[in-house]
Amino acid sequence: MQQSTPSPEPIVSLRDVQKSFGPLRVLDGVSFAVERGEVLAMIGRSGSGKSTALRCIDRFEKVDGGEIVVCGHRVDRPDVDLRALRQDVGIVFQSYNLFPHLTIEQNITLAPCAVKGMATSQAKDLARKVLAQVGLEEKLLAYPEQLSGGQQQRAAIARSLAMQPKVMLFDEVTSALDPELTAEVLRVIEQLAADGMTMVMVTHEMGFAKGIADRIVFMHRGKVHETGPASILTSPTTPELTQFVGTGNLKS
Amino acid sequence: MGGHLNINHLTFLGQGALWTIGLSVIALIGGGIVGFAIALARISPLKSVRLASAVYVQLIQGTPLLVILFLGYFGLAAIGLKVSSLTAAGASLTLYVAAYLGEIWRGCIQSVPKSQWEAAEGLALSRTQRMMKVILPQAIRIATPPTVGFMVQIIKNTSLASVVGFVELMRSGQIVNNSLFEPFAIYAIIAVVYFAMCYPLSLFSQKLERRMGRGRSNLASA
Repeated sequence: MQQSTPSPEPIVSLRDVQKSFGPLRVLDGVSFAVERGEVLAMIGRSGSGKSTALRCIDRFEKVDGGEIVVCGHRVDRPDVDLRALRQDVGIVFQSYNLFPHLTIEQNITLAPCAVKGMATSQAKDLARKVLAQVGLEEKLLAYPEQLSGGQQQRAAIARSLAMQPKVMLFDEVTSALDPELTAEVLRVIEQLAADGMTMVMVTHEMGFAKGIADRIVFMHRGKVHETGPASILTSPTTPELTQFVGTGNLKS
Repeated sequence: MGGHLNINHLTFLGQGALWTIGLSVIALIGGGIVGFAIALARISPLKSVRLASAVYVQLIQGTPLLVILFLGYFGLAAIGLKVSSLTAAGASLTLYVAAYLGEIWRGCIQSVPKSQWEAAEGLALSRTQRMMKVILPQAIRIATPPTVGFMVQIIKNTSLASVVGFVELMRSGQIVNNSLFEPFAIYAIIAVVYFAMCYPLSLFSQKLERRMGRGRSNLASA
């Protein structure tokens, strides 16, 4: 396994990635790269392939062709060390997916103890630290069902942070939340960006993407249709992005 | 012989009832252990393991327990294995219960949302850790009411062990009746004893199910 070095090698790189679900070609030659400390936002219509591309990075989907390298792991190869990959990559889902039978603290300490062999007391300190990062210290002993959606999502982010990933993936993490709860989750992500976390996010929040992303990837019909700095959202060059941004702005 | 129902008869029936409970416990423990393995095999990543366990479940579920008991008792004897009626009944019930509990538990494991597997996978937990620390604790909560409910079936089905000469409640009733010739009274007593064993379990199962219903949000949403 290749170690990630402080060379300018990107943290995440996709090259000509192909993926089909049956006859449906979901990813049709997708390429992009994410540098250390960069925030990349993937936008696009439902079914454009953006969530699939994100899930391919953490190998929740296997690709049919192309190359994916994440923190030195060759994700496209069948012999990739999944546990090593997933220690380097944190992922947060739309539906939070906290473990309902565990307290927030147990949710957070589970993986550091089980995967990294961390001592319980050390893991508990870590849980307090990451919960403070997302503003939920007082919920340490609560169960997920006792939290609001926004709080659950922040707890899920804290749970991922506890594994000290090199890159965080966010899969439409605010899509299930109302605007107020969305704002509290976005503030947490903004703080992570300010702390220099490398992030790839699929989002429908155009205003947020514009404010936080170093680079935008606009997906359309399984391809990277347009990519560039956040300014492409205000001055798109393709008619598809122009139309998408138009409708997107109406929504938000 | 002849005569009236006396304390000796009742003691004999009581011993039979204890053996019914004993055989039920053997079937539950044996069937539970094998059934757990079946449940895991049914969702194994290996196709051959999935297939083999599915064939086992279909074979057992498609065969009357009575036939399994006969096969266990007379079949093993025919190939030179002399087994006691307790061993034959215990083994047959274990195989039978395992097929049903395996299927019940497989369903419970699979009813834990797939997103829970993914979240655990995303945290780099191994397959065993995902199963032991994330999926099974949730599946056990779902599985408890139907498992307790199925225990009622086990208790009633142990009565079939009487046909291989195992003296449990049913067989002891037959023996007492052979001397007293009061079938209605004796089988009524036996029915009441079975009911007394099964009804509390049924109630318990229903109570668990109601409690589950209240806690459902706890499982499904998050």
